Amino acid sequence: MVTQQDKSAGAGKGFVYLPLIAGWLVPGAGHFVLKKWGRGALLTASIFGMFVLGLAMQGKIYANAHEILEFLGLAGDMGTGLLYIVGRAMDLGSAPVQVTTADWGTRFIVVAGLLNIIAAVDAHNLRTGRKS
Amino acid sequence: MHPSHFAAVLLFALFTSVVFGITQRETPARMLRYGAYCFVMFVGAAIVLSWVMALIAR
Repeated sequence: MVTQQDKSAGAGKGFVYLPLIAGWLVPGAGHFVLKKWGRGALLTASIFGMFVLGLAMQGKIYANAHEILEFLGLAGDMGTGLLYIVGRAMDLGSAPVQVTTADWGTRFIVVAGLLNIIAAVDAHNLRTGRKS
Repeated sequence: MHPSHFAAVLLFALFTSVVFGITQRETPARMLRYGAYCFVMFVGAAIVLSWVMALIAR
């Protein structure tokens, strides 16, 4: 049986929030910091793939929020970390939504951000020993 | 890129299930099982709800 003490003993040293911040900025990086290479690679492929597919479907990246639904979309998009910043800097996802697939693409980008937040929190839990 | 509605569902379910499996379970075997479970539930729910909406629309 694994006790809480055993789990805490597995936690590393150093800045405790590094996996959380790294995982938010770059999808999967939080797990790479903790040397969880397989999990990190799968998370990177899934989140990055979802973001790129969303853009390929002509999805929209939220740039501002004038109403509550736009604010939620913006919050989700910002979960992708550097991908959001790079996307905005390159003016990707700024065209108006005109086809059905673009609406799905917009959802793909938002969900990629939300999944990245889950992944970053998971990396933080691994770091603190809450999860093994 | 213009995937069909069903292809978009499959892609969405695949990526989301991978992340759910890895983050919500601790051992690789349980991650795989939970990821597969999430994938089946996503796709199954989409098919069932699609039929429900199609029947309502008639």
